Amino acid sequence: MGNYLPSTPQEREAMLKAIGLQEINDLYHDVPESVLLKKPLNIPKGLSEMEVREKMRGLAAENRKFDTILRGAGAYDHYIPAIVTSVTSKEEFSTTYTPYQAEISQGILQSIFEFQTMICELTGMDVSNASMYDGASSAAEAVMMCLDRRRGTVLVSGSVHPETIETVKTYCWGRNVEVFVVPVKDGRTDEAALSSMLNEKTACLLTQQPNFFGQLEDAAHLNELVHMAGAKAVMAVYPTSLGLLETPAEQGADIVTGEGQPLGMALNYGGPYLGFLACRKELTRLLPGRIVGQTKDAQGRRAFVLTLQAREQHIRREKASSNVCSNQALCAMTAGVYMAALGPDGLRQTAELCYHKAHYFARELQKIPGFVPVFDGEFFNEFMTGCPIEPTLLEERLAERGVLSGLPTPQGMLWCVTEKLSKDTLDDVVKIIREVCAQ
Amino acid sequence: MKLLFESGSTGRKMSYLPACDVPETELPKKLRKEPPRLPEMTEVELSRHYTRLAKQAFGVNNGFYPLGSCTMKYNPRINEAVAADPNFLGIHPLQPASSTKGCRDALALAQTLLCEVTGMDAITFQPAAGAHGEYTGLLLIKKYHELRGDSKRSKIIVPDSAHGTNPASAAMVGYGVINIPSNAQGCVDMEALKAACGDEVAGLMLTNPNTLGLFDPNILEITKLVHECGGLCYYDGANLNPIMGKVRPGDMGFDVVHLNLHKTFSTPHGGGGPGSGPVGCKAFLKEYLPSSLMGEGRKPHSIGQVRSYYGNFGIVMRALTYILTLGSDGIPASAETAVLNANYLMQQVKQYFPVAYDHTCMHEFVLTLEKTKHDTGVSALDVAKGLIDHGMHPPTMYFPLIVHEALMLEPTETESRESLDEAAAAFRAISEKVVSDPASLHNAPLTTPISRPDEVTAARSPILRYQFEN
Repeated sequence: MGNYLPSTPQEREAMLKAIGLQEINDLYHDVPESVLLKKPLNIPKGLSEMEVREKMRGLAAENRKFDTILRGAGAYDHYIPAIVTSVTSKEEFSTTYTPYQAEISQGILQSIFEFQTMICELTGMDVSNASMYDGASSAAEAVMMCLDRRRGTVLVSGSVHPETIETVKTYCWGRNVEVFVVPVKDGRTDEAALSSMLNEKTACLLTQQPNFFGQLEDAAHLNELVHMAGAKAVMAVYPTSLGLLETPAEQGADIVTGEGQPLGMALNYGGPYLGFLACRKELTRLLPGRIVGQTKDAQGRRAFVLTLQAREQHIRREKASSNVCSNQALCAMTAGVYMAALGPDGLRQTAELCYHKAHYFARELQKIPGFVPVFDGEFFNEFMTGCPIEPTLLEERLAERGVLSGLPTPQGMLWCVTEKLSKDTLDDVVKIIREVCAQ
Repeated sequence: MKLLFESGSTGRKMSYLPACDVPETELPKKLRKEPPRLPEMTEVELSRHYTRLAKQAFGVNNGFYPLGSCTMKYNPRINEAVAADPNFLGIHPLQPASSTKGCRDALALAQTLLCEVTGMDAITFQPAAGAHGEYTGLLLIKKYHELRGDSKRSKIIVPDSAHGTNPASAAMVGYGVINIPSNAQGCVDMEALKAACGDEVAGLMLTNPNTLGLFDPNILEITKLVHECGGLCYYDGANLNPIMGKVRPGDMGFDVVHLNLHKTFSTPHGGGGPGSGPVGCKAFLKEYLPSSLMGEGRKPHSIGQVRSYYGNFGIVMRALTYILTLGSDGIPASAETAVLNANYLMQQVKQYFPVAYDHTCMHEFVLTLEKTKHDTGVSALDVAKGLIDHGMHPPTMYFPLIVHEALMLEPTETESRESLDEAAAAFRAISEKVVSDPASLHNAPLTTPISRPDEVTAARSPILRYQFEN
């Protein structure tokens, strides 16, 4: 059997004797006899490390990993500098607990403080928390921050990621709060419909920038409508795009959230990812989860601590601002190292490469009959086109050639291009698509 | 220590990306006015920065870590190697199913194994942490009552020894909380429970063994009472470690369970995540489990979704590696050793500080320093900080709330007898100091990069981000 027990059977025997017991099951005398297991669990016996490694390698090998990925839809294949993994695999970081003991946790606390600062810089917000589980649950928590006794209904744009909408609906159902989805017109939030849906009960509007279809919303105008109705503007953003595009603060957002996976996390079949959540100063005490603050020690030296804990579950119990305990600290550190490694220039370069390559690919694709853009607004690095053959058939044919296509949707294909794809690769893909469609 | 923003200098950068090789397109109209003030530094500066930070962090490999209720066991390296397989890391969550057989089979295997460990019939891996699992489990209970048209049920019974996440999760699903006091033995007060049971009760949330480290001997009676009044029973799996392979929540009468893979199943805590909080349930609740809308599709009676895709997949792979390693023999052996280690340590430490409930414990035990504080002025906080100077991580402090001046110790099974003896010696040394030089403990720790921080100022005048000069 495999295990990680340092004590030998003889040592365990001696320890048992030291506490005055005869056999190991004496330790379990409070467990009712009728439920104490009499035989081993019906699972395989333990294995050596070599056997386990082989088994898990075999499982992983059953996957098909694509070298060329033209799919985003919430999870993005960006280049991850080697330094990122090197830093985050340090065992002092990866194996430590939530930094309750500040004196021996300054390294973790400082890294979170730095992460909070960088998220504020990226979004233009005043305050960020220490991380959330992922983009979808973070958006749901952001929406929860807006509810109060007078304003108890929630608006979500239909152009937000479908799984985010689904998650917001779940959280709202949990709190017995009504959610309304604002219709989409020409690939963007329908402003006229929004105006008619806003009222004195509306707590907030959640939008996504760029939206699920890749289109850039006129968020500044949407947020203005929201504010005129006295509600709060919550924006879910793609962090990479903020190397280039207008910040959510410049677009009037009150709360900014997003999926942080593009900031140095692998695709990893959906997780672990990173939610980030930032807001204007006035809303600080409504933030869920951990927050790190700066203070001084007894000698006046700069020190960092978990702070504003009066919001949290371990103090406030049922009156807490949320139940968040463990979050995604190591993923926040990952994002921190990624942003620090790239710096302002590197982040802008990443965003520009995504933008230029996506637009190049869109133009080349359009030369093939049937791949017309579905929407005509500005986009960042994702766009929707028609598809002259069944989208899932195109997906299958491209997969045979080692390419993960855009995402097949009822309207066509949702394509995504990142900095990882070279011109040669994009040209090859276009060539393959041309061949496939000609067959 | 310098912050990132105080290092480097304007214009310093690395060359991670190639030049643009496609014809450029006119940029969109609305661009950000100022670049974000991110660090501008070379990789060597960055690398040294984090190496310095790592020296100011305390991981499981830095020393004994008896942080109660957190199960800080050793995080095996093989788990990390397996999770770093490019054929896991490089898989997009929305790839066609034909290309993700490995991921799906691995999750299905983890589900089968954990169902057997817990005595449940189905499991979802979507919840990202323990509290997220509690939330998901309570939504299953809410859905169950809602679909039966039993709209009166709006309260959750929670013992006063519960983790704070329990009542906080109940509030998030719109439930009121009925707090049940503990009896003199530290377990559920049966009379109070009987009085609380009624047609407004949606369910009970229970951690067993509880946060005092005690296994509630009335557990079968407890779950029966709740079921008889029409409620469901939720098992908080935070403390599963001492009983895995010994007794199963499903056999104790629980309908819903969450697990903390980052506690019981050895995945690293990461300084507070990413964890994983899978939720298991009995067959009659299975159709309410969450699913990924774009992956598996929406199921008609599902509670919906609690986050994107399939949860913290990479963490589940680590846990699966661990379960395959331990197997049917290693799992109970680990549980037994965790309990043995806790009792062995308790036996020694209680010579120096009183145990709140002096009874055979499971994975952890709780000291009370109420009398010490009254007599000498030395608090649980002082003792915890003093232990840092002995090279160990302090126990959990001031929890559970029902014990005054509490210190909660959970050694876990991966500690040797010597390391337990050394910890006991540290407690002895501190107990002597309590008598000889109590004032010195108020200033502990003395061996750390900073002394005690001013938390009051931190909360009163919050500085939550770096203040740039310009």
